[in-house]
Amino acid sequence: MTATVTPAPVARSNRTPRRPRELTPLDLLTLGASAVSAVCLNWLVFARMVDGIGWFAFMVSAYLTFVAIFAVATTDRLGRLVAVDRVVTVVVISAGAVVLVALASLILFIVVLGIKALRPGFFFNDQSGITPVMSSSAGGGSHAVVGTIQQVGLALVWSLPLSIGAAVFLNESRSNWRRPVRIFVDAMSGLPSIVAGLFIYAIFILPFAKSTPVFGYNGFMASLALALVMVPTITRTIEVVLRLVPDGLREASLALGASRARTVWSVVFPTARTGMTTAIVLGIARAVGETAPLIFTAFGYDLMNSNPFNGSQESLPLFTYRNIQKPDLAAVERGFAGALVLMVLVIGLFIAARWIGRDRSRRPTSRSPLARLRTKESSR
Amino acid sequence: MTATASAPSPNASPNASANASANASANASANASANASANTVKPRVELIGGPPPGSATLDARDACAWFGDRLVLEGVDLVMPAGQVTALIGPSGCGKSTFLRLLNRMHELVPGAALDGEILLDGDDIYLPGRRAQEIRTRIGMVFQKPNPFPAMSIRDNVLSGLKLAKIRCSDKDGLVEQSLEKAGLWKEVRDRLSSPGGALSGGQQQRLCIARSLAVHPNVLLMDEPCSALDPTSTRRIEDTISELRKEVTVVIVTHNMQQAQRVSDFCAFFLAEENEPGRVIEQGTTTHMFSTPNDTRTLNYVEGRFG
Repeated sequence: MTATVTPAPVARSNRTPRRPRELTPLDLLTLGASAVSAVCLNWLVFARMVDGIGWFAFMVSAYLTFVAIFAVATTDRLGRLVAVDRVVTVVVISAGAVVLVALASLILFIVVLGIKALRPGFFFNDQSGITPVMSSSAGGGSHAVVGTIQQVGLALVWSLPLSIGAAVFLNESRSNWRRPVRIFVDAMSGLPSIVAGLFIYAIFILPFAKSTPVFGYNGFMASLALALVMVPTITRTIEVVLRLVPDGLREASLALGASRARTVWSVVFPTARTGMTTAIVLGIARAVGETAPLIFTAFGYDLMNSNPFNGSQESLPLFTYRNIQKPDLAAVERGFAGALVLMVLVIGLFIAARWIGRDRSRRPTSRSPLARLRTKESSR
Repeated sequence: MTATASAPSPNASPNASANASANASANASANASANASANTVKPRVELIGGPPPGSATLDARDACAWFGDRLVLEGVDLVMPAGQVTALIGPSGCGKSTFLRLLNRMHELVPGAALDGEILLDGDDIYLPGRRAQEIRTRIGMVFQKPNPFPAMSIRDNVLSGLKLAKIRCSDKDGLVEQSLEKAGLWKEVRDRLSSPGGALSGGQQQRLCIARSLAVHPNVLLMDEPCSALDPTSTRRIEDTISELRKEVTVVIVTHNMQQAQRVSDFCAFFLAEENEPGRVIEQGTTTHMFSTPNDTRTLNYVEGRFG
């Protein structure tokens, strides 16, 4: 393909390529001028002629004026068809910008508040010997980090076989029970996460806590509650991923003399491998941020407890939740530090999920940025 | 029937397995750049636990097929002789593909599918209660309409996937890969990139990879369900050449909508037709020459001359 295009630039170098959809400098000027005049008009009306209407209403009004002016100006210059196209483009882009601003300010808020108490010591110390008069950077949340890793790790151990089994059952079997199971999994994914915690509390901790510490407040109980939250998420995601595996591959495998189980194991799983890994990482990311299931199970604890089967345990969300409720400012700042660490962890997990799930099955040549650049160059 | 089964396949005679693999690997390197006819003389790589050697005769007796309550195929009697290419022709929806899928027990995988009659593979019914569908499908390979190489596997692993999936062992995997790809007419194009993914090939190459994959388990019969319908004329030609080569060692049954193709590649032809609201039936069968020059039934004549369908 590129071979036929490459000699072209020499032959028609005197031509200027036309791009009908591209914005000209005049278009950009119209856009900028509309924005400036909208702000000026609103300022004139609301700040000079009346007594002001508050910043939020001013922004909404200015935006609407901007869209109106831009629409009129573009209609006048290029006609109705182009104007509709441009106005819709502007509205869609600004809607995206609003969402982005909201997200960015949320992240910024946590970062600004959390960075104050976040020192390297956060990952090496627990809250032993911390009194309300000490600064927020004293002590740390290592016990919460350890708790989170242990609880989520154990939850993964319980939920992974269940989820993969359920997803395979839903997608690869021909049982009549698939429908009820699917409805049940759906219902479970809508389960309020505090109910998962309460459930574990009611069936294990309440009746058995007195007889053995394994069924008391501890990380193990928390991992069971978290597994209840993870199983439906992972199951549904894996099921979707398995459904994306073309039936032609299953047929091809069966036609080669494979059993159904062998087909699932050797053809379906490898084909869906990246998707399944993504599903698992997303399940972890979901569980890592859960606070509610832990309140009645891990309970929270200020000191390091690295045994998940005995004694109450902290975790990052619990650490945040418990510290922010405290009356002294230093504890609140520690809480935000916990939230920041948690957020970075979740973002890291999502990035990992995207990275694992990236498409590597396509032809490497056409996908590489270098090759794409070359194609662009030669088509110019 | 048995005479034709053994005659055109000298390389299929059971070798002493001890020196067979040694021969194969020696020949593999010696014949790397040899001419096309060399691979047919070369003793083929031995498999352990695979199908018995040689091509086999398929014999359908009064075969019927249902989807749910709907009878789609009725009373098909058709012999597909060993070592020959049999083409199934007919308009769409007349049950050719269904019949093909009856032959290696793929039909029963469709929910609600049912069947009747007997399909004899070298005289034994493949639908006898004691027979495993997996064993049947290993002996009767299949190539589908749409190329479907396993995307998670390399070209080499695709060819060898049948061994893993059907639990067949082979001592000379490299030799098997080369031999299978050579039979499918793909070896020269891919020998330098056996470890690149199968999905990176062109459509025609993918289909030939699928043929190589089916051949790697040394099936007795190869079913092809419109293998060229998604391909361009050049790739189609390559695959037709491949089919002509294959008849030396495997029985081929091919469904095709392309009359010229049926005429070019097949020895025998069966014309399927489904009248309105009727199940599909075989209207006429015979040698390809007969079917295309002097068919007994006017409907066959009309169809092969392109007057309908």
